[in-house]
Amino acid sequence: MSTSTPETLEPRQSRESRQLDPGFERSDRIFHKASTLIGLSTLVLTGAIGVFLGEQSIPTLSHYGLAFFTGTRWQPEIDKIGIASVLVGTAEVAFVAVCVAFPLAIMFALFISDFAPRRIKSSLISAIDLMAAVPSIIYGLWGFFLLQPKAMDLSRWLSQHFGWFFLFHVDTDPNAAVWQQSRYTSSVFIVGLAVSMMAIPLACAVMRSVFDLTPLGEREAAMALGATRWGVVRTVVLPFAKGGIIGGTMLALGRALGETAAVLVIISPAYGINFHFLEAGGQTVSALIAGNFGNATKAQLSALLTAGFVLFLITLAVNYGAAIVIRRSRSGAATEI
Amino acid sequence: MTTLHERGDAVAASEAPVAPVARTPRKIRRLTPDDWTSLAGALLASFALVTLIYEHLLNLSGVLGYLVCWYAAFVVVYATVLRMANSRKVVIERLVTVTLYLAAFIVVGALLSTVVYTFAQGFHAYIHLNFFTHDMTGVSPTAPLSQGGILHAIVGTVIEVAIAVIASVPLGIGTAVYLSEVGGRWSQSVRTVVEAMTALPEILAGLFVYVVLIVYVGMPKTGLAVSLAMAVTMVPIIARASEVALRVVPNGLREASEALGATHWRTVYKVVLPSARAGLATATILAVARGIGETAVPLITSGASSFLNFNPVTNPMNSLPLYIYTSYTTHEPSAVTRAFGAASVLLAMVVVLFVVTRFLSRDKGAPR
Amino acid sequence: MTSTMVEGTPVTAAASLEAVDVAAWFGSSLVIDNVNLRMQPATVTALIGPSGCGKSTFLRVLNRMHEAVPGAQMAGEVLLNGEDIYAPGHRVTSVRQRIGIVFQKPNPFPAMSIADNVTAGLVLTGTRISRHDRETLVEESLTRAGLWNEVKDRLETSGSALSGGQQQRLCIARALANKPDVLLMDEPCSALDPMSTRWIEDTIRELGKTMTIVIVTHNLAQAVRVSQWSAFFLADPGEPGGIVEQGSTDQLFSAPQDPRTADYVSGGFG
Repeated sequence: MSTSTPETLEPRQSRESRQLDPGFERSDRIFHKASTLIGLSTLVLTGAIGVFLGEQSIPTLSHYGLAFFTGTRWQPEIDKIGIASVLVGTAEVAFVAVCVAFPLAIMFALFISDFAPRRIKSSLISAIDLMAAVPSIIYGLWGFFLLQPKAMDLSRWLSQHFGWFFLFHVDTDPNAAVWQQSRYTSSVFIVGLAVSMMAIPLACAVMRSVFDLTPLGEREAAMALGATRWGVVRTVVLPFAKGGIIGGTMLALGRALGETAAVLVIISPAYGINFHFLEAGGQTVSALIAGNFGNATKAQLSALLTAGFVLFLITLAVNYGAAIVIRRSRSGAATEI
Repeated sequence: MTTLHERGDAVAASEAPVAPVARTPRKIRRLTPDDWTSLAGALLASFALVTLIYEHLLNLSGVLGYLVCWYAAFVVVYATVLRMANSRKVVIERLVTVTLYLAAFIVVGALLSTVVYTFAQGFHAYIHLNFFTHDMTGVSPTAPLSQGGILHAIVGTVIEVAIAVIASVPLGIGTAVYLSEVGGRWSQSVRTVVEAMTALPEILAGLFVYVVLIVYVGMPKTGLAVSLAMAVTMVPIIARASEVALRVVPNGLREASEALGATHWRTVYKVVLPSARAGLATATILAVARGIGETAVPLITSGASSFLNFNPVTNPMNSLPLYIYTSYTTHEPSAVTRAFGAASVLLAMVVVLFVVTRFLSRDKGAPR
Repeated sequence: MTSTMVEGTPVTAAASLEAVDVAAWFGSSLVIDNVNLRMQPATVTALIGPSGCGKSTFLRVLNRMHEAVPGAQMAGEVLLNGEDIYAPGHRVTSVRQRIGIVFQKPNPFPAMSIADNVTAGLVLTGTRISRHDRETLVEESLTRAGLWNEVKDRLETSGSALSGGQQQRLCIARALANKPDVLLMDEPCSALDPMSTRWIEDTIRELGKTMTIVIVTHNLAQAVRVSQWSAFFLADPGEPGGIVEQGSTDQLFSAPQDPRTADYVSGGFG
């Protein structure tokens, strides 16, 4: 056996893989380039919307400056405009809509995924999709003509008994023998109810599809331990679907913030920041724009477009956030998107 | 040891062979008769209780309050009755089930009431044939319903949607192809942006087209402007739904095609897209259903004309949602009825489109 | 028989489980028929046979998990200590609590800690337990499952952060904590490495001294190692599966009476 001065063995070269040329044909190179261009066009489109709206906002913002965001009146004739009250109104309507939509959406979604008789499950899913497809102006008409009279009674009852709480206060005497109906119509509350009709199916569809994605193994584990249906939902489905629930609610919020037609039909425009949800009057950004567009001068137009730009930023942030929340969550990892 | 087995063998050997009896499954009932009587009893008891005390003791009025009180009383009574015979977890389970059923009734009820109400209120308008064959030229909003019609609005909607489809489908499906078949550094960003854009408020699409086409390019307010704004909303919807449809196509098909020597483009064009036909059609129809219902878009980019116009590039074009809104704002009774009539037509269109998508998806045999 | 069952009362003596003329369908297709099997108290019964013969289906009929599949139906009776668990008076949730099951693929609840996983059955069945008893139960269940030493310092960490073998033992602990009368195991080691398999077989042997256990297994050597009674399932093509032969494990493997059994246990097919 050789001992001293052993030949130093060359360390074995680790194999490297070959760099292969995919050898795309010319038609495929064109296809890939064209396809990428089309794909990027969506990014370009979104950016373009931001740029064009933003550009139109420059004259308004340079004229009014920060007062545009703090002013509460919309009286372009006397050069006093500000979207503060409109932003607050938008938030109020969205708040009511989400408060109504969230419990109904999550309960209906749970009902469809775990509690409904299996035979009617697909019909219920169709019902939700149909609810989402109904045009918003129809919900607006329904809200104004059918829902409002009923909701007025509820508003009055709430202001009668809980009027001491600022949210439910209405500037009139609810206990009068002949109560002023007009003070309770066209309120943020009623608009919020109509908008919730659009928010519910959106949130519900996301939540329901996420509930259905709960891994079967975990469900079976809970069932096998003797859990009731609610027990399985509580321990397995809801924790799994956290991301979908939050994301779905955020999507519904985004929808509520941008809703136009239903608001236009029901609201009676009023400016000024108050938190009296049951009282007549209010305004949202989109209704402001749509309502004043027709007879706006050039300067007013720029102001409206600025408001649109603000709405664009807000809804983009909310919807983008919703997409991220859904994607990052455990339930999102399993969804198709 | 194997007593059962040996016994069975012995029995079988001793008896003459019998024809096998067809087995019938057991009916497993989850709810006992006790459950049903508890439910019925609680319903009746709470009903009686609330009927008695509602008006007299609590001095309230209104159907909504009554229903709320009934529900509250029912929960209390039902919980008490159940607790006597069942464990706590069963009681909670039953109460949760009841509440979820209630929520389902509320949601489905709201949807049904919307649909039924619209068709009912529009009845007196669409019962007249002239509603579908005339436009509103020379007819004032207060005119009786036997005059005038929404032909111009229907035609407007159809033409505008057709143009929007032509504009949005290539872009939408093209984006889907990029995301699903080509991919690249940008695909994650594109996907997220598409996702966010599906929720873009329609008024912003309208504003965008207004700024670009009507202010910068100087186009007048025409049907084309409306179509393009509609397309802006529709592209992300088509893109997202189409991507899902493409993703579902089994990979084995793509591999088979490439193994035969096809280029990537040919594989996509001749194999993947045809396989996803139904899904792509569904995606488009979904987007159309969304587009025809947009009100803010025509409000911003179109004028509300009252005459029939087949030309999308000159003169304003009316459309159903715009017509509904402008008629409603007059607050004249017959105009409002016409608005509901137009709303019924719009709703019927949406329902038909919807049924078509269900039909297309079911044909593929893939349940949701 | 009372019409309402008192739930969650553990039986201290091992229980007997008997299947009488059990048949099961998925939709309209009959997958097992004519299954008669008595699973003795404090015994490990192995269900062996090639795949697709309905062993797992039969197992799930035993604790009323079969009916959780849409369109699934059954016929026959399953007697737990002489009472038919499918009779109208029995709540399915209390049956499942009394007959526990460990699945082929470990499925601990990822949203819960190890300790919470162990006591999940109690939470789900609404059984109240004091804090002190809870700690005792967690330690006892994990010890019986052979996992205590490895996780005693990290009881509050997530249940899904364990290896496959550890997860499966956690599932065994979870099933045991529910104090079932019978424990069913559906190929519990098939997804695990040999080391973990050894651990679990040791656990099964130990548990089998005081509990009634029914285990489905593909592994003939495993059946010999852990069980005292075996039932050989077979299904002819197009026919529902059933038991061809059953007997003490020693006898079934050394001197089977049916030629098909002899063929299978000698490795001729399967």
